[in-house]
Amino acid sequence: MMQLNCPWCGVRDEPEFVCGGTAQIARPGVACGDQEWGEYLFFRENPKGLHRERWRHTHGCGQWFNLVRNTITHEIIAVYGMQDPPP
Amino acid sequence: MGVITKPKYSIWTLLKGAASRHRQWAPAWHDARPKPAYDVVIVGGGGHGLATAYYLAKNHGLTNVAVLERGWIGGGNTGRNTTIVRSNYLYPESARLYDFSLKLYENLSQALNFNIMLSQRGLIVLAHSRHDLESLSRWANALRMNGVDADLLTREQVQHLAPALDMSSNARYPILGGLTQARAGTARHDAVAWGYARGASALGVDIIQNCEVRGFIEEAGSIVGVDTSLGRVRAGKVGIAAAGHSSVLAKLAGFKLPVTSYALQAMVSEPVKPILNAVVMSAAIGSYVSQSDKGEMVIGGGLDLFPSYAQRGSFSVMQESIAGTLALFPSFSRLPLLRQWAGIVDVVRDSSPIIGRTPLKNLYINCGWGTGGFKAIPVGGWTFGHLLATGKDHELAEPFQLERFNTGRLIDEAAGSGIAH
Repeated sequence: MMQLNCPWCGVRDEPEFVCGGTAQIARPGVACGDQEWGEYLFFRENPKGLHRERWRHTHGCGQWFNLVRNTITHEIIAVYGMQDPPP
Repeated sequence: MGVITKPKYSIWTLLKGAASRHRQWAPAWHDARPKPAYDVVIVGGGGHGLATAYYLAKNHGLTNVAVLERGWIGGGNTGRNTTIVRSNYLYPESARLYDFSLKLYENLSQALNFNIMLSQRGLIVLAHSRHDLESLSRWANALRMNGVDADLLTREQVQHLAPALDMSSNARYPILGGLTQARAGTARHDAVAWGYARGASALGVDIIQNCEVRGFIEEAGSIVGVDTSLGRVRAGKVGIAAAGHSSVLAKLAGFKLPVTSYALQAMVSEPVKPILNAVVMSAAIGSYVSQSDKGEMVIGGGLDLFPSYAQRGSFSVMQESIAGTLALFPSFSRLPLLRQWAGIVDVVRDSSPIIGRTPLKNLYINCGWGTGGFKAIPVGGWTFGHLLATGKDHELAEPFQLERFNTGRLIDEAAGSGIAH
C-alpha cells in the first residue's frame, strides 16, 4: 500500500485518497473539432514510468494536489500544487 | 519449419502414456526462433495473440505467421484472471460479441483437441435491494432480447444454488434474489493459451518467446516490421494484442490510445471440499467468487484505481474484496489465503474493446478488454484474425473501432457488465 504526502495533512495511507488521473491536461477551446475533443476526453499517454497525476485527499482535508509517481514501482517522486508547474 | 506433427490427444494416447510411465509425450508446440520475415507478426503471446494466430491459420490459411511474446506464453493476464466466462452484457453489440465468444468456448475443447475444462456451472448476480431487483430484471430482459440466456432467481432459488451464502435477515448484504446465466462458468485459463498455441503451432505458426518488441519499422508511411530483442523481423502486417502494455507499444509506433493501465487483483484460498458450485457476483461488494476444480476459493476484486504497471495490488483493495466476500460467505472466514496477484488491464472509458486499425498503415490493434479479456479470447482471436487476413472488419467488430472515441459512438458497458469498473 502506498503512503501519500498530502501537502496539508502530511503522510497518510492510500485508501484516504482518490486518484483523478493525468494532471494538467489543457482543455481545448469550444471551437475545436471532434478529433481534438476526443483526444482531450479519452486519449492518454498512460506511461510506463513517471506519470504526473492528480490526487484528492477525499477522506481527509478534501483538497486536490499533483504527484509525479512511477507507475512501475509506485514510488512518489514529487508532490506539487494544482497551479504549480510540474517539477 | 520445425512444425510439430500434432498427435491427437485421446483416452488411448493417455493409456499409452500411462503404460510408458508418461515418457512418450512430445512438447505440445514448437518453441521457434524468428525468421527474417512473415506475412503477419502478432505482438503479444497471451490468449488473444495465440487465438489470433490460430484463426489466421485455421480460418484464412495464413500460416507464415509469428507470435512474439516478451515473456512466456500465457504468462500475463491469461495466467492472472479468475477464469470466468460469461456473455451477460447489456448492449446488443456487446452481447453479440461476447455470446459468439462463449459459443466458441462451448466447442473449444473439441475444436482444439485440448481439454480446456469448460465448466458451465452458471453465474449468479446477487440483488441486495428492491432497486437491485429492478435493475436485474431490466438486465435480464435486455439479455433475452439479445438472445442470451438469462433467468431471474427468487431468494429461495439463490439459496438453493449457493447454500453457503448468508441468507439471514440481519445479513450485512441481505439477498433478495438474483440473475443467472446458466451457460456462464469457468474454463482452465492455461489450457486456453496452451490449446491455441498447440493448434497454431501444428498449422505452422511460429511462437517465439522471450522476444520483446522494442520498436516498429516504418517505410513510406507504413509499418513493415518490428525491431525485437532477437533482431529485426519484417512483416506484411503487424497486429498488437498486448492488453495492459498496449499504450507502451502504441507509443513506440507514435500514436496514443484511449487506454489507462490498472492493476486488477485476484486471490485464492487453500483448497477445500466442494461448497460453492456457481460463480457468485455482487456489484455491492465489487468482488466475485467461485470455487476452482482443485477446491480453492477464487476471489476477484475491483481495480486498484490508479495507473499502474506493477503486477501486484494494494493491500487495501485486497482487504475490501475479502471483507465483502466474507460478508456474503461467513463460513469462509477461517480459510487461509494461499496466493494473491494482479494483472495489468487496459481499461477504456466505455469498457468495450478496440479491434481495428491504428493511425498507421498495416498496424492493427486488439485491446481495451479491460477487466474482461479472458472470456473474450476466442472472439478476439476470430475477429482480429479476420481483420489481419482480409483487411476488412469482421461484422462483430465493426462497432468496436478506435474512431468511436472521436465520433462519440461509445458502447458504454461500464454499467452493464455486472462488476464495478
